[in-house]
Amino acid sequence: MEFGLSLEQRQFDDSLRDFLKDRLPMERLRALAEPGGGYDEALWTGLAELGLHGLIVPERFGGAGLGVLDAAVAAEGLGYAAAPVPFTGTTVMAPLAFMNSATETQQDEYLPLVAAGEARIAVGFAGLAGQTGAASVTLDGSRLSGTIGGVMDAGAATHLLIYLRDGTAALVEAGAAGLSTVPHRSLDRTRPLTDVSFNATPAERLAAANDKLAAARRVLDAGRVVLAADTLGAAQTMLDRAVAFAKERVQFGRVIGSFQGVKYMLADCVTTLEPCRGMVWYAAHAQDAMPDEARLTACHAKAHVADVAREVARMTTETHGGMGFTDLLGLHYWFKRIGFNRQVLGGPERCREEAAELQGWTLHG
Amino acid sequence: MDLSLSEEYQALQAEIRAFIATHGHKSPKVGGGRKRPDQKTLDWQKTLLEHGYVGRTIPVEYGGAGKTPDVMEAAVIASEFAAANIYAGLTNQGVSMLVPTLLEVGTEEQKRAYVAGTIRGDIIWCQGYSEPGNGSDLANAQTKAELKDGFWVVNGQKIWTSSAHYADMMFLLCRTEPDKPKHEGLSYLLLSMNSPGIDRRPLKTMTGRSEFNEVFFTDVKVPESQIVVGRGKGWYVANVTLKHERLMIGDASKVTTRLEQLIKMLRATEVDGVPLIRQAEFRDRLLRLQGEVIAWKAHNLRLLTEAAQGIDSGVKRMIVKYGGTMLGFRLSSLAVDALGAAGLPFESAGEDAEDDDATTWNIDYMYDVGLMIGGGSNNIQKNIIGERGLDLPREPKVQTAEIPGSSPGRRG
Repeated sequence: MEFGLSLEQRQFDDSLRDFLKDRLPMERLRALAEPGGGYDEALWTGLAELGLHGLIVPERFGGAGLGVLDAAVAAEGLGYAAAPVPFTGTTVMAPLAFMNSATETQQDEYLPLVAAGEARIAVGFAGLAGQTGAASVTLDGSRLSGTIGGVMDAGAATHLLIYLRDGTAALVEAGAAGLSTVPHRSLDRTRPLTDVSFNATPAERLAAANDKLAAARRVLDAGRVVLAADTLGAAQTMLDRAVAFAKERVQFGRVIGSFQGVKYMLADCVTTLEPCRGMVWYAAHAQDAMPDEARLTACHAKAHVADVAREVARMTTETHGGMGFTDLLGLHYWFKRIGFNRQVLGGPERCREEAAELQGWTLHG
Repeated sequence: MDLSLSEEYQALQAEIRAFIATHGHKSPKVGGGRKRPDQKTLDWQKTLLEHGYVGRTIPVEYGGAGKTPDVMEAAVIASEFAAANIYAGLTNQGVSMLVPTLLEVGTEEQKRAYVAGTIRGDIIWCQGYSEPGNGSDLANAQTKAELKDGFWVVNGQKIWTSSAHYADMMFLLCRTEPDKPKHEGLSYLLLSMNSPGIDRRPLKTMTGRSEFNEVFFTDVKVPESQIVVGRGKGWYVANVTLKHERLMIGDASKVTTRLEQLIKMLRATEVDGVPLIRQAEFRDRLLRLQGEVIAWKAHNLRLLTEAAQGIDSGVKRMIVKYGGTMLGFRLSSLAVDALGAAGLPFESAGEDAEDDDATTWNIDYMYDVGLMIGGGSNNIQKNIIGERGLDLPREPKVQTAEIPGSSPGRRG
């Protein structure tokens, strides 16, 4: 037994963090956040050099053939930097959807493009995920109709992959007939949400899974774990910055970190946040290797890390005093990223409800 | 990442499962605070010793199984017993603190005299550390011992001494070198609790039992050879003990067991014909705790891996006491709430008998508060996490009366 990251995973983590530190200083983040499009060509292309796009695409399709744990490691780094990239949808859920539900021919056609960063496939759930907003889409033969609100990572998508309530997966090309996409800047300016409507839009089914609902849930679970990892990274940034600030800021002739009122808040942050890292790793590893625990740990990781991070975001902002509340420090990018991750693909209440159903703890279970 | 167990550990796991299937019904109940082991517990301890599930790494000549220390083995054993809700053996201060200390730094004579009896449960130890004026500041101990005619003569007072009212022996931190700086003036003595001049006054606690005591020493004579390591080495020995306490990590068995017990209880308890587990408010609390326990177990797996690799886990280890006691309390809180009014009848069966389930939970619930205070209170833990873990500055030093000769600017 060895519960931890491998040498390769740690090296990948280091190089990703170095890259982001270099390429995404605060002024760059501000510049990218203002338009709120959630996509930057230079950053996206740069990440390709690190092999990020094909991270979990099987090697025979030109990817690195790694797992959800590796994606979680990457997501923590991206969250730490508040990187405006469509990672969860495009890099994790979309290739997983193809690996779970597409025919060999479809995989041949799309997965190499995903690995090359050329196909950026956003994934939307019309139902299933428990997200609020419009979620009513029907598939008639190969024509998709209806609306779905708040699709993440669709800022510069080349395709949309839509999951219906029953787990049916349908792929639509950007620019297809009858497709309308309205991107909205979101609370988190690094990532927009897109409202999508279809009017008899031509779609291609991914219909090779034996159990399409189970396959859809695997994709959803992986997405939730990766969002939990992103949240963990964002909360860690806030904690690191608050600790650094508490060592510098002087009030009443003392650095504020020497006051127990401040020290104890930061001790609470680390006491609750550090176990989240083990939890994220465990849940991610469960997606890769422990199918019996995959759903339960994904639901719990999404919910628990969101709850811990909310408190960390609150306490670390408070540590910064009035400055923490201003736009000047930019701390709010992470505060908002944590808020965004909490709501998409089902909030904590929804995720725990699913965990209850899974264990037969509901009235109808 | 590899959570699979190698063949060796799988074999151990299978062996323990078979053991539990055969002998598990003889296990005493898990939880319920601290008592002198009753005959059932002593018999169970003997069975565990014979099978090498306790005293596993203690050399055969001192009554153990003589196996090479292996944190993974220890984790497999702990997790199997926890999963089966089976008592995993005595974890009193003699077993978990004194024995490893003696094995590391004690004399051959001390090891032969005390180790085997302690791990069998025949010798019960108490820890003479805290004093009325020095709870968190341990190195400031004022109880003194003077060497006269081949005996240490001890005078002073200890407090919060767990188990002293039924203990046979005490390991005592006392001041033998009053002229030396605070940390260098201490010695570590082993003494019989039946020595003349010892007055034990049980402190009845909120559980209704007397988990703690005040212990008064008036010219208590302790043979000179009962010192561990040597004069002025008490702080060093106390830190050896502490190190062993810190090594007992990677064990989330208590919270795991409690969660399993809670799930069973919420399934079995019906109000208005509906099991509590299907009532939204109870279910939500259970789910939140389940999430926390999953995180805590993963965190402990991480610590366990680092310990096996010889890595110092730093702040990850420092959060264990604070985080673990708080989680334990939230779990026992849900248990007493699920028991509800039906769980309020409370009659402890006394020091040497098993309590009923509701009383056991209520005692655990109260005892958990004691755990937050004892062994370095949780506010002290937060100082440690903040100062040693996050490198935040200490509180500015307040002028206090220091003991004569103590080094300035040091606080225990």
